[in-house]
Amino acid sequence: MKIPLSWLKDFIDLNSLTAEEIARKLTLAGLEVDEILYVGLPMPETAAQGMHSSTKHEFKTNGIAWDREKIVVAEIREVKAHPNADKLTLLDVFDGKQDQEVLTGAPNIFHLKGTGKLEKPIKVAYAKEGSVLYDGHADGQVLMTLKRAKIRGVDSYSMVCSEKELGITDESDGIIILDDDAPVGMPLADYIGDAVLDISILPNMARNASIIGIARELAALTGRKLMKPAIEFKTSGASVADSVEIEITNSELNPRFVAGLIRNVEIKPSPYQIQRRLKLAGIRAINNIVDATNYAMLELGEPLHAFDYDVLKERAGKNKIKISTRTAKDGEKLTTLDGVERKLTSTNVLVCDEKGSLSLAGVMGGSESEVYDASKEVLDAKGIETKPGEMPQGKITSRGKSTVNILLEGAAWNFINIRRTAKQHNLPSEASFRFSRGVHPSLAEQGVKRGLQYMAAWAGGAVAPDLVDAYPLKPKDSVVDVTSQDVKRLLGIDLTLQQIAELLTHLEFKCEIKGDKLQVTAPDHRMDIDEGVVGLADVLEEVARSYGYDNIPTTSMADALPPQVGNPVHEWEEHLRDLLVAVGLQEIVTYRMTSPEREARLVGSGLASDHVRIANPIAPERSVLRRSLLTSVLEIAEKNARAESIALFEVGSVFEPNGNDLPFEPHKLAIVMTGARLASAWDVKDAPNFDFFDMKGRLELLLSGLRLTDISYTAAESTPYLHPGKAAEVKVNGKVVGVFGELHPLAKEKFEFGDSPIIVAEFDLDLLRKLNPTYGIKAVPETPPIYEDIAVIVDASVEAAAVEALIRQTGGKTVTNVRLFDVYVDEKIGAGKKSLAYSLTYQSDKTMTDAEAAAIRNKIVKRLEQTVGAKLRS
Amino acid sequence: MLDKLNEIEKSALESLAAITDQAALDAWRVSMLGRSSELMQVFAGLGKLSKEEKPVVGTEANRVKVALESALAERAEAIKNAALAKSLEEEKLDVTLPGRSVNIGRLHPSTQQLRHVLDILAEMGFQVYTSREVETDEYNFQLLNFPPDHPARDMQDTMYIEAGDRGDNPILLRTQTSPGQIRAMREFAETNPNDPPPIRIASPGMCFRHEQITARSEIQFNQVEGLAVGKNITFADLKGTIADFVRRMFGEGARLRFRASYFPFTEPSAEVDVECFVCGGKGCQVCKNSGWLEILGCGMVHPVVLQNGGYDPKIYSGFAWGMGPERQLMLRNKINDIRYFWGNDVRFLEQF
Ligand SMILES: [Zn+2]
Repeated sequence: MKIPLSWLKDFIDLNSLTAEEIARKLTLAGLEVDEILYVGLPMPETAAQGMHSSTKHEFKTNGIAWDREKIVVAEIREVKAHPNADKLTLLDVFDGKQDQEVLTGAPNIFHLKGTGKLEKPIKVAYAKEGSVLYDGHADGQVLMTLKRAKIRGVDSYSMVCSEKELGITDESDGIIILDDDAPVGMPLADYIGDAVLDISILPNMARNASIIGIARELAALTGRKLMKPAIEFKTSGASVADSVEIEITNSELNPRFVAGLIRNVEIKPSPYQIQRRLKLAGIRAINNIVDATNYAMLELGEPLHAFDYDVLKERAGKNKIKISTRTAKDGEKLTTLDGVERKLTSTNVLVCDEKGSLSLAGVMGGSESEVYDASKEVLDAKGIETKPGEMPQGKITSRGKSTVNILLEGAAWNFINIRRTAKQHNLPSEASFRFSRGVHPSLAEQGVKRGLQYMAAWAGGAVAPDLVDAYPLKPKDSVVDVTSQDVKRLLGIDLTLQQIAELLTHLEFKCEIKGDKLQVTAPDHRMDIDEGVVGLADVLEEVARSYGYDNIPTTSMADALPPQVGNPVHEWEEHLRDLLVAVGLQEIVTYRMTSPEREARLVGSGLASDHVRIANPIAPERSVLRRSLLTSVLEIAEKNARAESIALFEVGSVFEPNGNDLPFEPHKLAIVMTGARLASAWDVKDAPNFDFFDMKGRLELLLSGLRLTDISYTAAESTPYLHPGKAAEVKVNGKVVGVFGELHPLAKEKFEFGDSPIIVAEFDLDLLRKLNPTYGIKAVPETPPIYEDIAVIVDASVEAAAVEALIRQTGGKTVTNVRLFDVYVDEKIGAGKKSLAYSLTYQSDKTMTDAEAAAIRNKIVKRLEQTVGAKLRS
Repeated sequence: MLDKLNEIEKSALESLAAITDQAALDAWRVSMLGRSSELMQVFAGLGKLSKEEKPVVGTEANRVKVALESALAERAEAIKNAALAKSLEEEKLDVTLPGRSVNIGRLHPSTQQLRHVLDILAEMGFQVYTSREVETDEYNFQLLNFPPDHPARDMQDTMYIEAGDRGDNPILLRTQTSPGQIRAMREFAETNPNDPPPIRIASPGMCFRHEQITARSEIQFNQVEGLAVGKNITFADLKGTIADFVRRMFGEGARLRFRASYFPFTEPSAEVDVECFVCGGKGCQVCKNSGWLEILGCGMVHPVVLQNGGYDPKIYSGFAWGMGPERQLMLRNKINDIRYFWGNDVRFLEQF
């Protein structure tokens, strides 16, 4: 919300506080200031240096300062024609000291061209030579210095300014015409110089979406007094109650509805000061009536709605106007004032009369009964005059006669209901912003009165006596008991009841000390204070904010340290990651979201229907949660395919549907390796590519790092995406825990990879984790070992693992290590044969002799001959 | 005979002086001191000499032998030294050639940062509590004091899961690790419902938002949340704990400030800013000239949340805070594009 400081000053004395200091106090109290925009007031020195500043300014700062000597209030005394230019007028401007001739092309002065001396001078913002202003003709905000120039033969060294030139709005189409009481000669900065704080309003701080809300917070933060406005106006004529009555059909949805009446207003522009404040607050100035509703809303936080009373009267057939509020019928229609016909549902609340609906409650008015200004030739849907050639947006209103009598609505609505309606119809507005966060019903009456006061002041007219006020559901005043002990227990500070009361009174809580308790009653602008234990937290938050978070001490928990319990699953997975990194794999973390098509590249389309689907995906390629972690890792390998060597792994969850319940989230490990086995260097070239055994070696290290034994590898011919001859299942204790191998050429084809084979592995971590480690640490033998090599020739079909198992079985305890060091295939040893060469280590508790080793060796050879037809190779 | 010995000595020493390599030296030793050398022939012929000549010639022959042997040793040493000097001279590397690299593995930067955060928290007594990534509306929002259609829900755009009509309890991707607060509290409370034990946990994990993927916003990100619940836990303790954490995380001198804020599941709530460690608070691009970096959100656990977790808010209190490891990495390393993290370009990953 944009808050002009000048407006804030109507409610609190800000003397001696800079805009930055105010912004800092608000920010620390939860009203974060996003930007300070200077509109005339002097800027802090560092900020003025802009980008080149080396010292800090805490807030994003923008804007322009007006030179107090050079930019002043002046008056146009005479409007002459320009001798050489049709489109320019020549003004006689008095700046408080002297008269100057000033040229302007402003369209809002042009109709006076050649009038000569004005009966009533026009007050303007006047800039002399050397003033720094925004260039009114440039796109965006470009600073320029006003220089002496000759325009069409007339000397020009000063100008009357537009809002764009002064940085008030981006409107450059006419000059500013100040209010008649503007003091000629006064520095403009002193008269209307301002700074605007742009504040983010948190969802629980809707009460502060108003000038008075911010002023109240500042009052509490500075200990200054909140100056509440006096709401006073004269009334005359018949009571509004004589001509209007109100019926509320659902008090939960509409706790209160207040209406007031003002007669015989004259619709015209609001005073310039009012327009300027509205514009700085980000709201367009339209006319004095619409401006009054917006101005009162910004001030107090209560959105108001003005009806054309005569339209209502007409609809009521000159009878008493009966306003009622009710939910819409499904399919009922209403044309809102943006000209859109809206189809309503039974959750939408309408304001109606006996003839039908008038407005979408709390969100947007209807077009038929809106305030109408006949003096504007073409108004767009929002009542804004359109320029020639510009298409008005929405319906063009044309009622012929300007509104003269106004019924002003102030109401309270259910915030959840308004939030749903505003979302349903995509109608975010100043009104729905506030109503959908909660506006207290007490503000309805204050708002209507304030609105009527401004209408009377700016549009003349007579306010009718009384208000009609239906208030079927008064919110209960929240009352909370607070003790010093509560404050100590939850905030950790020692405060007396008097001190607590003082902090809360600044925020308008009513406080009463009753024995050792402080009875706190929430003020009538707040909807966010509950009762009981929640109310206590609500009130303590206000105590903490007023006291200042910075003033609360910093302590260590006195509470006992809870019993420490580990997280074995987490610790195991972290250990797993360390092991994977230790064997040279790079960890990656990928998106959980993918699409069935993306996963089908690897696993085929069979699983496509079996995904956890996202109801509102951000894109089709992220429409489901992944089922195949390996696909995710392959996609990243593919993205990195230019790297000479890729060795990646990911540990994470995949998602399996579980009907309409929470899906299963099993944890998986996927590994992808491809490219060069060794890092290349200036003397290492053409390193071989990773193959099956590079992966297997790493998996062996991984499993031994997990302290697992009884591991076996069996050929896996039926994993569809793996090469049938280069794939294996990994079993631990006879149970399959993973699979690995070379990517099937047909699967590889679907990715953009180079020539190197793609070696992949996939493990089910939930299975792996649950296996009991059996691996113990063995003593390191002190007796010398005997090493011996044997080579045997076997049929090519005999698996190495079988030969090794036989050696180990036969050798028993004494053969402590069996290492295959060569596999040899050649015609010389026979077709269909291979030679396997093993290095054996014999070792026992006492020093072994060669003869003892030879005896064991002979046994082994004999066993191999008998069992697998092996021949000793000599 | 003595003349002959002198002759042998003289010519042997002369030829030795000309020798510069080991092979010639070996040949010289064979020919001058070997069995068939002239000198050895003299020794062999000693027996044939007269009684008078024998000791004289013998003594002289021994003297020559010792002299030649020591000259040989001296020469051998000189040749070895010359060879070493030569090889040291010749074996000169271009030390500016690049070293031979090793393909090593690394953890993803997010994992590294998560571990860093969790290690600090573990030392402070906060133990890891992990929970699921797909959640119910009830756990992600309602039990955390976000009623359906509450304005606070606007703060977190949510990705929902297709799961039939589940009324106001749809399935969704968790938007925060906070559902773990409820799950943990309920687990702990169950162990002793009449007097639930105190809690100190850290919940790490992936969270999800319905956002467009841009340099500044992501659909998934890690979060770590700390939770302490007990009978005497105050806002001042929250400040002290955060201060301890920030000191460990950002350094001894890190200044911080607490700004009032709003989260539905804590009250009072605060955002914590640390003085910009890039510019030291002077103002720079990273801190957008403010001198402060927003690093975490925190607050006292809301009474409704305590109640939903099985802890009586009249007796128990607690605090919670949440932070983003990726954001910490981005601030610390001046990374200006959050998409690097799940983009997994190895040229990015290798830098950590
Ligand atoms: Zn900085």
